[in-house]
Amino acid sequence: MIVSAFGLGRQRRVLPGFGLSLGVSLTFVSLILLLPLTSLVGQLSQLSWSQYWFLITDPRLLASYGVTLLGAGVAALFNAAFGLLMAWVLVRYDFPGKRLVDALMDLPFALPTAVAGVTLATLYSSNGWIGRLLDPLGLSVAYTWVGIALAMAFTSIPFVVRTVQPVLEDLPAEVDEAAVTLGARDGHAFRRVILPYLWPALVTGTGLAFVRSLGEFGAVIFIAGGKPYETEITSLMIFVKLQEYDYAGASAVASIVLATSLALLLAINLWQGRFIKRLHGGRP
Amino acid sequence: MVRIGDAPGVRRLLIGTALALSALFLLLPLVAIFAQALMSGLDVYWQNLRDEYTLAAIGLTLLVALLTVPINLIFGVFLAWLVTRFDFPGRRLLQTLIDIPFAVSPVVAGLVYLLLYGRNGWLGGWLDAHDIQIMFAWPGIVLVTIFVTCPFIARELIPLMQAQGSREEEAAVTLGASGWTIFRRVTLPKIRHALLYGVILTNARAVGEFGAVSVVAGAIRGETNTLPLQVEQLYQDYNTVGAFTSASLLALLALLTLAAKAALEWRAARRETAT
Repeated sequence: MIVSAFGLGRQRRVLPGFGLSLGVSLTFVSLILLLPLTSLVGQLSQLSWSQYWFLITDPRLLASYGVTLLGAGVAALFNAAFGLLMAWVLVRYDFPGKRLVDALMDLPFALPTAVAGVTLATLYSSNGWIGRLLDPLGLSVAYTWVGIALAMAFTSIPFVVRTVQPVLEDLPAEVDEAAVTLGARDGHAFRRVILPYLWPALVTGTGLAFVRSLGEFGAVIFIAGGKPYETEITSLMIFVKLQEYDYAGASAVASIVLATSLALLLAINLWQGRFIKRLHGGRP
Repeated sequence: MVRIGDAPGVRRLLIGTALALSALFLLLPLVAIFAQALMSGLDVYWQNLRDEYTLAAIGLTLLVALLTVPINLIFGVFLAWLVTRFDFPGRRLLQTLIDIPFAVSPVVAGLVYLLLYGRNGWLGGWLDAHDIQIMFAWPGIVLVTIFVTCPFIARELIPLMQAQGSREEEAAVTLGASGWTIFRRVTLPKIRHALLYGVILTNARAVGEFGAVSVVAGAIRGETNTLPLQVEQLYQDYNTVGAFTSASLLALLALLTLAAKAALEWRAARRETAT
């Protein structure tokens, strides 16, 4: 056992491969993840605070924060409702074609975002299959914030379905039975008995969908149209600045995007951890 | 047994709504891709597929996947072995670090690589002096794709290997097996399906990555266009049929990915009921 001689911990390592796997993992993480990320920090350190503040509060950029948050918020809420419905239907009912519908739920993760983007833009443009029907009603989806929300919603559909589904599957049948035998009506029983049980999974899935939507690029840019102050999302602003060789500006915006998504993910993880602890710590 | 929502009316209403919404939001876009690609007939479709730039994009996309998947496979297996078989300071931190690509917007991923390897970047000067081109060339595309897809395999393996524990591997050690033999004969058979699933996910994302790649590719037709970039360029050129022809190839791959996933899950479920 040569490798265990390198053991850092207190206990003896029984299995081989510690040194090799540590070496491979650390090299990879340093070269692929950390080195590029430090270059962002390096670029930002060349800016003074006032320069940084000036760059991130540009009015056109502020408008893009608003559009991005609005789109991602609406997309996440839509997915909370749609995901809950799909999870419920797929777990509780049997119907022909169920397996296909179940498989279809993963399509947004399997389909490249650019393909989703051009397809949605084509469907909802004024002469597209759906746009043609909405146009006479005075509703336009393409090139408005509604289109942005729609594209964001599409790419994040699987998050809520796939987090709620396993929890619903594990729900003991007695829970239902008790509620129904005690005479609770469907809606009431669902809200008071089932929903609290699904709540952590639902919030986690919705949170993940929101984070994903904030950073989405490929699916959104085609249907958004990129009108300054109106339909420009924040990740597009980074792209625009890069095309103008404004590396400092692009890095400043990127730092905002990065910090926001990392903070949100951390919050989701902590919240989930706390909930799991409460669950294991004995329920009332 | 009585259950919530089992009344026929409620049931029909919920299934109906779910199917209608799924058809509108998921099935219709999928159908539209193929309908648009075949709009001008099969002859035009074949012609678009044989287009010089489209063929070059297919070739580059295959190259990216062929390099990305094995590299991430090796990294994913080593990392999963490390964090599930050993306890060491910084283990949790390492697990958190590899989730970063999931949190980062793909455009930001492309940007950080541009800052590092681009002409004005940290390594840019040195690379320039030695005449090595990474940005706006295929090595840059491969690097950002590795970045974006690196969590997939490790993410599939870690929870499974954690749950399985290392008892069987420890038994193999006491029987005098070498590290490679233990992995090949004891561990690999237990993680085969998760590994395959991770590879399928990595491949799907590697082939379809758009945001990160578009930052570092520079859109040189026939040279640095992967298939998703080709879709974008043809679409911007108002060549809708051409764009959707390339898109249909990617959609086909997405369907194969979904089928493979369903098959793997079905086999896993069958094994569970058999034991």
